[in-house]
Parts: sequence; structure tokens; C-alpha cells
Amino acid sequence: MTVLDSRPTKLVDHFALGLNAPICLTWELTYACNLACVHCLSSSGRRDPRELTTAECTAVIDEFERMQVFYVNIGGGEPTVRPDFWELLDYAIDHHVGVKFSTNGVRLDAGAARRLAATDYVDVQISVDGASADVNDAVRGDGSFGTAIRAMENLAAAGFTGFKISVVVTRQNAGQLDAFKVLADRYGAQLRLTRLRPSGRGADVWADLHPTAQQQRELYQWLVANGEGVLTGDSFFHLSGLGDPLPGLNLCGAGRVVCLIDPVGDVYACPFAIHDEFLAGNVRSPGGFQAVWRESDLFASLRRPDTGGTCSSCSMFDACRGGCMAAKFFTGLPLDGPDPECVQGYGEAALAAVAAGSAPKPTGDHSHRGPVRGQPIGPVPVTLMTRRPDRACDESPLAG
Amino acid sequence: MRRVLISQTRDTDRQSARFDPDSPYRLHRQAELRDESFGALAYHFGTRRLSFLKVPILVDVIRALGACTSVHDALDRCGVPDSQRPALLRALAGLADSQMIELREGASA
Repeated sequence: MTVLDSRPTKLVDHFALGLNAPICLTWELTYACNLACVHCLSSSGRRDPRELTTAECTAVIDEFERMQVFYVNIGGGEPTVRPDFWELLDYAIDHHVGVKFSTNGVRLDAGAARRLAATDYVDVQISVDGASADVNDAVRGDGSFGTAIRAMENLAAAGFTGFKISVVVTRQNAGQLDAFKVLADRYGAQLRLTRLRPSGRGADVWADLHPTAQQQRELYQWLVANGEGVLTGDSFFHLSGLGDPLPGLNLCGAGRVVCLIDPVGDVYACPFAIHDEFLAGNVRSPGGFQAVWRESDLFASLRRPDTGGTCSSCSMFDACRGGCMAAKFFTGLPLDGPDPECVQGYGEAALAAVAAGSAPKPTGDHSHRGPVRGQPIGPVPVTLMTRRPDRACDESPLAG
Repeated sequence: MRRVLISQTRDTDRQSARFDPDSPYRLHRQAELRDESFGALAYHFGTRRLSFLKVPILVDVIRALGACTSVHDALDRCGVPDSQRPALLRALAGLADSQMIELREGASA
């Protein structure tokens, strides 16, 4: 990002008050997913029958064009399993809306890779959560590392350079940062590291998967050393108290520059906050997305200057701004207090005081109910009828 | 893939090294501006770069470029005071470097 700044007011102050349209809009196209990652922030798995239709999706894209939402981050679920995924991608490009989509790679065969390489207006982000199959598959499911690598090979072979390899940093992969960089370099890709949030199913595994305090310090040093060559989606601003600020806004953008549209059209303050508390409206309502973004009470309240609460007396407050709203909320911490991973250690102390089971649960759960590849697969009970049916219509509704 | 926005190659050659305020420029064909309270956002669809333009008169100049015979002409028409010209020219050179503005090839100066 380039900031041409000649006025005394800080750009970040303008962002805190909200923009005419979001800069970082995540649009999850479906809750359906072929995987069942243990930390899925949207608890995805099964499609929701209320998901936006193709016509509703193109209407949302029309609105993005009118509002000059220059690009959207499309995710899911696994967005490419929507039958109209490629159609929607074309529609967005044709309507001046750039797309970066996140995928586990399941549909990125050689043909899809060639198609994607033919345009600058689409960027692709392949998710892996380990630099080796054992570390990755433990979180994302058996075979998922192989799927992702095959997709990377296809993109590289098609000449698509600069695609993103997106990693959620966990206690298990925090020691593989250099290996991730090697992986990205091998395919001419760019590494993107993001923070594990206790959102969706992530709430169930956060305590075991989130990096230790020592790993957080090493991660911070690694990010400083690698500078802007590694993307972070500004997700580690809670670590800025460890030294110089990291590249990026270092601000919680929820409802200010960031928002989420979920598969049924609900608009949330951020992708990590799928809970009624952070639900601003729905794109199907009169006025559409624009009315939600510009007029919702929730977003108006998020754009009011915050007092900083108990963090405001901390010497680090200007650096971390109290950290991540979603991380606090889903660990049961007050929103005006420290982040659970506060570098000063205040978060750990606050977490100790949270009563077990009292943290809010995410709204909605689309997790697979049955077995999924890589997950324990139990026998499916089937009972065969051994006697003759009493009436013919028990077998066929068309029988007399 | 059907494409309305015909893209250039990813490693588009950079004209910026030769930013020449005596030549005619315009907002890059792959870039757009969006007004914001602080000025405007500029986005380039090909490089996927976002720039925050915090100086309203700079936004005016960029919008005027396409109809002006040179960058200097645009600065004149927008009434940029002499004291601000060096800063604006540096900013415009930076925008040329990141391909937010481009030389109008073939236009008469």
C-alpha cells in the first residue's frame, strides 16, 4: 500500500470512522466443503439451503460495482464446489470487481489453472496448515496436503505466478515458517500467514492449537525479518507491542474497513465474528448491502471512537489497540479488555478468570454430521427388509 | 475466460522511470478512483495495488490529467499553488511508478 500523506490527521483515524465501501470484504459463497478442518472459522461442511442463488449473487456483484468495491476475497466453505463458481468469477471480472479466492485446491486441475492464469483480475489463495503432510493433515484431514500441492503444481505449470499460500499459524506449524517460505518460493508463490482465531470450530481447538507465548515472540521476529515479502492480512497487530509495528494498518477493521457476507447473505462485522452480536443485516433486505454497510446500527457503533477500556492505561495500547475483537469474544473475554494472546500476559490472566463453558458459541453450525475423508469413519447402519411388503404401494408410490 | 478488462502482462514495463511532467498522462486504464472522506482510494486491477490519496487537490489533478496537455497543465488548471507543486510532482511520479497513472501515448503535448 502506498500512503501519500501530507496532512496532520492520520489515515488510520479516517479508517476508524468507516469508509464509503469496505476495503477488505470477505464473501463466503457456500458453507459446503469437501474438508472438515478442525479449526474452520465458519464451521463449514454442509451447504445451507438458504444460500444466495446465482441471480442474487450477480445482484450483489452489481452492487459492488456501483459502490466501487474494487475487489473481494471469496471463500467458504470451499467456494469452487458451487456449480456456478466459475460463472460468478467471470461475472465479477466483467463488472470491475477483482477477486481473490481461497481454496483447498480440490477443483484446481490443469484446465482451471490455465484459465486462472489467463487473467490478472483473479488471485488465488491455497490453504495449507503445515509445511509437511503430517502436520497439515492432522488439522485439515488426510490427503488434503497432497490436494493443495497438486493445485500449486498446476498453477505454477500454467504460469500463474504470485498466487498465495495461506497458512494459519498454530502451535504445531509455528516451527515451520522457513519451510513454508521455501514451499512458496518453489512455486513462485507468496506466503501469507494469519492468526488462529477461536471462531467457528476453532473455538473447540484454540486452547490446544494457538501458539505459545514463546512461539508468538519468534513469529513476531520472523515477520519483522521478512517484512512485506510475507503477507499477514494485518492479522498479527496484537503482537505490535513486542517492538516496532508490523507492516499494515495495525487496527481492528471490523465494520470499518472489513466485513463478511456469509452464504445466506448475512453481513457480519468481520469473517471471524459469525455471531448474532456482530450481525449487521442481510443483503436480501431493502437497500441491499449498501444500506447495511452505510446505515446499520452495529457498524455505526463500531465506528464510534472506542475508549480502550481496561487496556487504555497500558503503555502498549497505541501499538495493539487492545487486539482482536473476535478473539476476545469467543474466549469469553470482555471486548474492552486485553486480547487473549496479549503480549503483556494480561490475556492469560483474564482467561484464567473465565468460567468454563461461559464463552459465547458461534451462531450456526454447518459442520458435517457424518464421516468425512480423514475423519473417523464409522459403519453406516443399513437395514434390509427381508419380508414381502404388505402393500404394493409400500414399494412404489405409483402402484395402484 | 471471457474478459472485458484486457490485461497486460504481469511484468508490464515501467514507464515511471521516465516520469515526465511535460507529457500528457491519464489515470491508468486499469485503475479507478473512489472518493472517500480523506480524499480518494486508487485501485489498480492489474497490479492489485491500493493507494490512499490523502490530498484532495492531488485527486483533482489525477482526475484532470486525461483532459490536459501535460502534468504541468493539470496542475495549472487545478490551481495548485507553487509551494505545493514539488510535493505533488513527487506524489505523481510515485503514482506513475506504481502504474496508477500512465503516459498518454500518441497524444500531442
